[in-house]
Amino acid sequence: MIIEIGHFALILALLVAAAQTFIPAWGAAKRDARLMAFGEPAALSQVGLILIAFLALTHAYVTSDFSVANVAANSHSSKPLIYRISGVWGNHEGSMLLWVLILAVFGAAVALFGNNLPATLRANVLSVQSSIALAFLLFILITSNPFERLDPAPLDGRGLNPILQDPALAFHPPFLYMGYVGFSLAFSFAIAALIEGRTDAAWARWVRPWTLLAWMCLTIGIAMGSWWAYYELGWGGWWFWDPVENASFMPWLAGTALLHSALVMEKREALKVWTILLAILTFSLSLMGTFLVRSGVLSSVHAFAVDPGRGVFVLSIMLLFTGGGLTLFAYRARDLSQGGIFSPISREGSLVLNNVLLTTACATVFVGTLYPLALESLTGAKISVGPPYFNMTFVPLMFPLLLALPLGPLLAWKRADLAAAMERLIVAGVLALIVIVVSFAATERGPWLAPFGFAIGVWVMAGALSETAFRIKLGKAPLSESFRRLVNLPRAAVGTMLAHFGVGLMVCGIVGTSAYKSEAILLMRPGDRTEIAGYELAFRGAAPSKGPNYTETLGVFDVTRGGSPVTRLEPSKRLYDAPPQPTSEAGIHPSWRGDLYAVIGDQQPDGAFAVRLYFHPLVRFIWIGALIMFFGGAVSLSDRRLRVGAPQRRSSRAPVGVPAE
Amino acid sequence: MTARSKRSALVALLGCLLLAGAVATPVAPARAVTPQEMLPDKALEARARDISTGLRCLVCQNQSIDDSDAPLAHDLRVLVRERLQAGDTDAQVRDFVVARYGEFVLLKPPFSAETVLLWLMPLLVLLGAVVILRNSFRVPREAAAATSGREPVAKLTPEEQAALDALLKSDEPKTS
Repeated sequence: MIIEIGHFALILALLVAAAQTFIPAWGAAKRDARLMAFGEPAALSQVGLILIAFLALTHAYVTSDFSVANVAANSHSSKPLIYRISGVWGNHEGSMLLWVLILAVFGAAVALFGNNLPATLRANVLSVQSSIALAFLLFILITSNPFERLDPAPLDGRGLNPILQDPALAFHPPFLYMGYVGFSLAFSFAIAALIEGRTDAAWARWVRPWTLLAWMCLTIGIAMGSWWAYYELGWGGWWFWDPVENASFMPWLAGTALLHSALVMEKREALKVWTILLAILTFSLSLMGTFLVRSGVLSSVHAFAVDPGRGVFVLSIMLLFTGGGLTLFAYRARDLSQGGIFSPISREGSLVLNNVLLTTACATVFVGTLYPLALESLTGAKISVGPPYFNMTFVPLMFPLLLALPLGPLLAWKRADLAAAMERLIVAGVLALIVIVVSFAATERGPWLAPFGFAIGVWVMAGALSETAFRIKLGKAPLSESFRRLVNLPRAAVGTMLAHFGVGLMVCGIVGTSAYKSEAILLMRPGDRTEIAGYELAFRGAAPSKGPNYTETLGVFDVTRGGSPVTRLEPSKRLYDAPPQPTSEAGIHPSWRGDLYAVIGDQQPDGAFAVRLYFHPLVRFIWIGALIMFFGGAVSLSDRRLRVGAPQRRSSRAPVGVPAE
Repeated sequence: MTARSKRSALVALLGCLLLAGAVATPVAPARAVTPQEMLPDKALEARARDISTGLRCLVCQNQSIDDSDAPLAHDLRVLVRERLQAGDTDAQVRDFVVARYGEFVLLKPPFSAETVLLWLMPLLVLLGAVVILRNSFRVPREAAAATSGREPVAKLTPEEQAALDALLKSDEPKTS
């Protein structure tokens, strides 16, 4: 019964979305306040109805109702509660339901907090946002209905892939989707602006916090996926340039560019046309990511051709919104007035450089991901584009970006003094040079580029701190004065500093673990000892044990360093009950130097175990860096001037006093 | 960065959840190179590992033979080591594998007529982006002259104009 209510609610949501797509936009065109006012209750009831559908499906998962086909195919009664809940979005149908739920939540946010928006803009935004929901609700109900019943119901379900039964992965998709789908709001605002033929600083002021929120969620979502891959996949890889990862990375790159260009638009009314284009492209990349993963085109072009139903549907949605958006852009972009002239050496100029490099990096990932697919469908030739390609093309683009990064916030708007900005970075520059010398002296192996990589990371971190030090006149004014300035610093400025600092930390982590990783693959018998990266490991043996829904072989390693005990590592090899599938759980000892990482493999006929040991230096900096970026975004979001629903202010007031970020 | 970016069969599973779903295909955790396969000569083994990370496991999705535990990947790893022990150079080993399995096996596609766009695209996009965004700049002197004047402001909509007119009208009796 509950599942039917969910199904019914979803159909009602479709009808509401259809009405909301046309009525407010029609009202905006006719300047009819009553028709435009339809958008608000429609958006709220849409989110309510989709939430009912989502809760109905969740209920079926929690109560293990195997008469629902989707539950039977993806859940199992022996699964712990948390994985029964996360199982809702651990499959195609449920994940699409989560997708439209988040889409509707963002639409409802405009309805709830958008009272200060011009009425026509708000109506158009709600219509565009609802048209996306309409397309995806149709997709769910026609091709991917999660509410289908099974008769007779099976006794138990087929279970969730055990590798996915993991806390980090349980909450990875919701964050990722909040990021992906959050960019839909930027898209809707861009389309609405093109329909109206005008934008102003208030537009950017509205779009920026929502883009920032989406960006934060995407950052943490990608980081969670990478963190999961690191400890779950069994050798400590954290990024693979896999098409599925790239599908989430491209919107992140474009979204990062969008955040920075919207800044220029908000403060200086410049780069309007570019920002609108970027808003359309960012969400288009989100749609493309959905297509790539949902259609099965990645596993094989042929699989896609054999069962094209879903793939063609998502492809049509993608082409409709991307193509429609870009066509509208082509027609209307020239109507938008361009303002805010600036010289190349200026804050705007640095943000343009940021945009050039980020969009090029994004295009590089795009080409590398899609080229094999395109080539195979056009000529039949099969090629592979793997990590070496991205390391040769993407990574070099990051060097100028990171080198210029600390300079940007130190440059004044309109026209800046480059020499003065450089002077404020002397400390950061000296630190970077020291790091080069020290890294060359301290490491006896590794690529010669690595010390420069560390130096760039330190340059970015120290640069971010230098900028704050300059703002609070550290060392130039009495400490009490600096402290007062620090307390009064706009939160957006603190957020920028944190986010940039996080980038630098992440660079250090990436360089450290990529260049100086140690590895040992060997056979060990109980009692054997070995050594890696200054740690001594004694293998005590392995014994079978039993978990809630798996059996495992648990290996025990006693770790010492310089004779004193450090820790005991217990890597295991698990075999899950349903579905019967092996996984390996690494034993990890984190420290400030890096992670000691042990994996136990198969037992050989002679009784020895295959053992893989790794030392990943500084690897945690990668995710700590991402966390700091997330918190930087959060601090910036809490800035009163950025607060959602805060009264609009005239942009001409912003540059007065402390420059705002 | 010489990230020996390794991958695992489970990236297929990342697909299952990352953007979610699909029918999860059972894949075992990556074990890849086993101690028995490794060569006693450390320098030779290091070369074998280096070559292996650049060769694709043909039956896996985007995985190098160094990371995959598929039987075919094992056979290829052994083959690479055999060729190295026979005295081949790295390039000769790669050529040997390509001759057998085609260029699909190379994770770094060679520069050819078919991949010319792949390799040149980043450069073309960079130039394109510079050209598009160059419009945003003016020469400094011009900028200095322009910024001394007023900045362009978005035009009022008819409603805003009407509201402004009404306000001005209501003020008129007091001021006049």
